[in-house]
Amino acid sequence: MGKLLHRRAWVTPYALLTPGTAWLVIFFVVPMYYLGKMALSQGLFPIFSFGWQWHNFGDSVSEYSTQFVRSLEYAGIATALALVISYPLAYWIAFRGGRWKNLFLLLVIAPFFVTYLIRTLAWETILSDNGVVVRTLQAVHILGSDGRLLATSAAVIAGLTYNFLPFMVLPLYVSLEQIDHRLIEAASDLYASSPISFLRVTLPLSLPGVFAGVLLTFIPAAGDFINAQLLGTPQQYMIGNVIQSEFLSLRDYPTAAALSFVLMGAILVLVLVFARILGTDRLTSGAAA
Amino acid sequence: MRWVRRHVLDGYAILALVYLFLPISVVVAFSFNAPKGRFNYTWQGFTFTNWAHPFAFPGLGGAVRVSIEIAFLSSLAATVLGTLIALALVRYKFRGSATTNLLIFIPMTTPEIVMGASLLTLFLNWRIPQGFSTILIAHIMFNISYVVVTVRARLVGFDRHLEEAAMDLGANELVTFFRVTLPLIMPGILAAGLLAFALSIDDFVITYFNAGTTITFPLFVWGAARVAVPPQINVIGTAIFVIAIVAMIANVVFQNRRARRLA
Repeated sequence: MGKLLHRRAWVTPYALLTPGTAWLVIFFVVPMYYLGKMALSQGLFPIFSFGWQWHNFGDSVSEYSTQFVRSLEYAGIATALALVISYPLAYWIAFRGGRWKNLFLLLVIAPFFVTYLIRTLAWETILSDNGVVVRTLQAVHILGSDGRLLATSAAVIAGLTYNFLPFMVLPLYVSLEQIDHRLIEAASDLYASSPISFLRVTLPLSLPGVFAGVLLTFIPAAGDFINAQLLGTPQQYMIGNVIQSEFLSLRDYPTAAALSFVLMGAILVLVLVFARILGTDRLTSGAAA
Repeated sequence: MRWVRRHVLDGYAILALVYLFLPISVVVAFSFNAPKGRFNYTWQGFTFTNWAHPFAFPGLGGAVRVSIEIAFLSSLAATVLGTLIALALVRYKFRGSATTNLLIFIPMTTPEIVMGASLLTLFLNWRIPQGFSTILIAHIMFNISYVVVTVRARLVGFDRHLEEAAMDLGANELVTFFRVTLPLIMPGILAAGLLAFALSIDDFVITYFNAGTTITFPLFVWGAARVAVPPQINVIGTAIFVIAIVAMIANVVFQNRRARRLA
């Protein structure tokens, strides 16, 4: 930049940053402070008084431990399924897509421009008791004659799997697409069979994408309440359903706030464990790219 | 063996794409349904009526308008705020850039329900009545991070020599920014704006916690799912889908034409 401007150059980045970061501080960080304060409060709507009520955490977790475990279980299964569905698809687009790559990518994202709730209602139609899927499964005796899919754990997990797929496919695609094909050629020049070169070259290089995809799928799935509400019954309710009703129906804000924090904490711990398993160095180097 | 493996993968990919489009085809098909009861779950007969009268169901038109207004305003504001942050992060080394990166990253990894709930407690504490403006505030907030990430990706591959050339030819900083930098990163900004618009018009959870009595389109669908699902919902859903696809294709074509012109 010009010499004259150099003198005030240090101000420029802060001037550019301030409006946006101020918005995030006021409407993301400050609300978290109030949520934390609420989690340690007591009282009845609309008057809550702060008072270091640490027992709110223990009480709410022990009361809703079933839904907590269920949320992490459903979200875990849905994330694993999404990975199994997405990895070959992303691989196929990245390595076989040729000049149609962008079109295929558009095809993958396109369904998610139909409103989330409408997509979920469509699954309700597909899985409904008189639908083709249930009738077929009954005919081949996978389901009993009065068996159903709707209102079961399977339906909720299926909904979760479907609804967050682009968050899995896109990071996987980005990391697979970046892989230098010469590395894979080198592996086969060195007499690695294609399964070996996949396991030793392609898969390790795509791990940052796996990590990002798992993160971006697991987090929204663990906090979701729409799939359990529309495709399940109260027997399938997740922690999101509890937080939602504690806040908006029962108006027990302290309990709901404590549950929100425990949910974030549980997710954070799982993410850190998962990062450790995959190897942190590789991931941070990938995240910087 | 190689042939088999190759085609197994092809088959798998096609199956995965069919799976992705299965519910969408149901949504589109049922927009032409003539349901007998209040729910639109079983096929009764083909009709164009729903498409001819998309807003026949009371309250639906207003909800769609609120959604579009909020999506437009929030994507506009978030695109401006986010682009400025992206410029600062890519162009300058400064104290606090790591903190800023963290501030951008954390909202994207926070469950929506927690963000919605925390905003609710904020508005309660500050005694701000919930409605259109609180929805707008929330949407700008969650859109900023996505805009920063999208625009930053575009800025990283930017050739700084073009700006230096403009300055050498006597352009000052502002002229250089508006005549060189901005046009070059415009495709990234447009893509970010489209993404923000799409995220906003689809948002349910955060909106649900902060809407007060205001009804957006997703909130309307949620309410309808309990009492009656008119086929008009599918019409609007299909229309949003088609418009989004057209906008995305237009953006790609626009970028390609620019790339050719600049090359």
